[in-house]
Amino acid sequence: MSELNAKIPVGPLAEKWTTYKNSINLISPANKRSLDVIVVGTGLAGGSAAATLAELGYNVKAFCFQDSPRRAHSVAAQGGINAAKNYTGDGDSVYRLFYDTIKGGDYRSREANVYRLAEVSSNIIDQCVAQGVPFAREYGGLLANRSFGGVQVSRTFYAKGQTGQQLLLGVYSALNRQIARGKIEMFNRHEMLDVVLLGDKARGIISRNLVSGAIDRHSAHAVVIASGGYGNLFYLSTYAMGCNASAAWKAHKRGAFLANPCFNQIHPTAIPVGGPNQSKLTLMSESLRNDGRIWVPKDQEDAKALREGVKQPNDIADADRDYYLERQYPAFGNLVPRDVASRAAKERCDAGYGVNVTGQAVFLDFHSAIYRFGKEQARIKGLDTDDDRLITRLGEEVIKGKYGNLFQMYQKIIDQDPYKTPMMIYPTTHYTMGGLWVDYNLMTTVPGLFAIGEANFSDHGANRLGASALMQGLADGYFILPYTIGDYLSQDIGTGKIPTTTIEFEEAELQVTERIHRLINNKGSHPVDYFHKKLGTIMWQYCGINRNKKGLETAMEEIKSVRLAFWENAIVPGTAEEFNEELAKAGRLADFLELAELYAKDALFREESCGAHMREEFRTTDGEALRNDTDFAHVAAWEYKGEPRNALLHKEKLVYENIEVKQRSYR
Amino acid sequence: MKLTLKIWRQKSPEHKGKLIEYRINDVNPNDSFLEMLDTLNYDLILKGENPVSFDHDCREGICGMCSLFINGRPHGPDRGIATCQLHMRRFNYGDTIYIEPFRAKAFPVIKDLVVDRSAFDRIQQAGGYISVNTSGNPQDANTLPIEKSVSDNAFDAATCIGCGACVATCKNASAMLFVAAKVSQFALLPQGKIEAGERVAHMVKQMDAEGFGNCTNTGACEVECPKEISLENIARMNREYLKASLSR
Repeated sequence: MSELNAKIPVGPLAEKWTTYKNSINLISPANKRSLDVIVVGTGLAGGSAAATLAELGYNVKAFCFQDSPRRAHSVAAQGGINAAKNYTGDGDSVYRLFYDTIKGGDYRSREANVYRLAEVSSNIIDQCVAQGVPFAREYGGLLANRSFGGVQVSRTFYAKGQTGQQLLLGVYSALNRQIARGKIEMFNRHEMLDVVLLGDKARGIISRNLVSGAIDRHSAHAVVIASGGYGNLFYLSTYAMGCNASAAWKAHKRGAFLANPCFNQIHPTAIPVGGPNQSKLTLMSESLRNDGRIWVPKDQEDAKALREGVKQPNDIADADRDYYLERQYPAFGNLVPRDVASRAAKERCDAGYGVNVTGQAVFLDFHSAIYRFGKEQARIKGLDTDDDRLITRLGEEVIKGKYGNLFQMYQKIIDQDPYKTPMMIYPTTHYTMGGLWVDYNLMTTVPGLFAIGEANFSDHGANRLGASALMQGLADGYFILPYTIGDYLSQDIGTGKIPTTTIEFEEAELQVTERIHRLINNKGSHPVDYFHKKLGTIMWQYCGINRNKKGLETAMEEIKSVRLAFWENAIVPGTAEEFNEELAKAGRLADFLELAELYAKDALFREESCGAHMREEFRTTDGEALRNDTDFAHVAAWEYKGEPRNALLHKEKLVYENIEVKQRSYR
Repeated sequence: MKLTLKIWRQKSPEHKGKLIEYRINDVNPNDSFLEMLDTLNYDLILKGENPVSFDHDCREGICGMCSLFINGRPHGPDRGIATCQLHMRRFNYGDTIYIEPFRAKAFPVIKDLVVDRSAFDRIQQAGGYISVNTSGNPQDANTLPIEKSVSDNAFDAATCIGCGACVATCKNASAMLFVAAKVSQFALLPQGKIEAGERVAHMVKQMDAEGFGNCTNTGACEVECPKEISLENIARMNREYLKASLSR
């Protein structure tokens, strides 16, 4: 075990980034033209990085598995993006955003990185507006804000429930501008299957063309992993079907440490599981908790009647409803952070108060908001403020304006009208705070291999606050990596083109091809999904909202046995030389089955509770997460040693000089 | 629920395709359309057959990856949704469902129901952006107030998911609604006005080069668009195009 050096610049917190930028090496425009960078993934982080690097003059090759970079799963982010603009004048500042993020992450993130994130946040909004991103506006023409969980200010910018889409299309347009200039070579429907090291430096990747099956070598002076998170370990999640951890896992196997893999965000408000063939879960944005109130019946008999369909939600009188978040957390109410809200929902359902046929759901009710908005509108418009039907209609119009697309999505999936009947929601896997360990430069433990966006372990500690993922992705890609990678590349101005004919490329390609052939020639008896569902069940049962020692040990064994069964018994139809989705799925699952075991091991080793990592053995008397700052105020960074369970632990000590570390309270 | 599926199978762009019939039982009405296909594929794999290839990713109607021409309509019978949001409760016991790829000269079939929509990317590359540097230092966002109604209209145009339903449903395989949505978003906003003329000229030129047909105002695109993008955008694009042609 060793102490990791995060290379945090010296000096006062608020000046670190400026000092750093003033002291790094720069590269002349002519020299940038002779430097190549590979970016894997084209979501908010990868896309913005590729566009900015190309604009600076580097030669960029960008890869995505989708048929267009516009489809990366950042597109599905709904609620918004945080920025410390303080446009609402409610007391926000860079320090507050920094403070909220550290506290929200339960004091398990790195001060210097989080401060830098808060510092550049304002610039993101300016940048996006300049690109033509149509954020929501007030009638006066200025930008609108709303509030998100875990904070007491309104600093979230949004575009209805489609903020991720609008930001990604902004990134996509910046990418397109550089593709048109010939500065980015874009590889759609490609995936990275290995990273190639020459000496100790990352110098290229092996890719597979998902249409033709062709395996290709690509060299560069630096490689950037921006391939997102690994929440699809759970099979059911809010991730897109294709989201995978293969690029990050391959990087790990080549020497990049994986940090805090057990820090996984379970989002409190997704549409609950409907049936055995369910393939994914759909999020209902956290922004809904601005106006929706979460409740279950006070009486278990009512809950039973609701499950059996004998009663309908509107049959339960207001006095018989338990608005449990408002009851338990009066200061933050329905806007507690995600980890807290998820645990509370599970606790109520486990105690027998859950609704839906399965008992695994709680209500998110807009009735009061509709009434409140309706009354306000009637007053503004000079209409009858005692006409309940009119008020309801006016209120529904307001809600539709704010969340229309989310309500439509809900209605299509559940076949109920959420304007009239409360939504049913339940927690599900949504985002992974863990990821590749990076230093202040966003570089992994492999020189020349960078990780940005959700793919790194980054800034969110043990729990990410809402609307901070978009912020981090764009901050990394537009504003941070372009500086830090330049400092690294300055040593390569005389290196020249990296050849792909070396033995290292040859060996990596051979390994990739061999694994594909092993998968395709496996004449097993179960399709890939069979094993993926098994993995998902284990993860949800033992590694989800609550964990304990015995369960995690069981998980490690069971994951290993599913992995062995997969390699023995999976069927992959078709050939390797064609469009073959099952083959791509098989490769991704093979990597998940390794990563999952390390996830469980990490959760087992972290003998404390913090943020989303809730060990049943370590709880306060109120049932909240009980941290152990003496032994676990560190980042757990794992080094690959052959088998996932043999991974070697390295620690990065977390030092808080600018913030008082205390027990998180939202009560 | 018992159903008969007639699905377009085509091994590769070079091979000839044809409709193949599959009979399926026990379909759960609450499953999504794509989950129904997942189940079919699972069974095909167990039988040693090749599963049906189809594009999909987010499965929540926003990425635009899923396509499918279902009973003669892109994204199936419902309005305002993508195929991934279509549920089997929309069909009846015993129905026969025809499932085909989005067809257009500019969208060649890759395999089965998967088509190549990279023509859309190339149109966007021709000018679907505002030329600002991402590493630059733009002015504070609120120094440029934009009338809410203008911003809302730009947003409505910007919600296009680039799925290609407009092209698939159009008898001319025209991409006018897709192109008009992007042209409109930027033409409406003050930031985008500066390059509006160049943009529309280049995008339309690329659209024609890709082999998309012309618009004859049937309005089918607006009906089938999963994001219900308005035909008004096409009118706006035509105005922008005319303006650009006169001033060039």
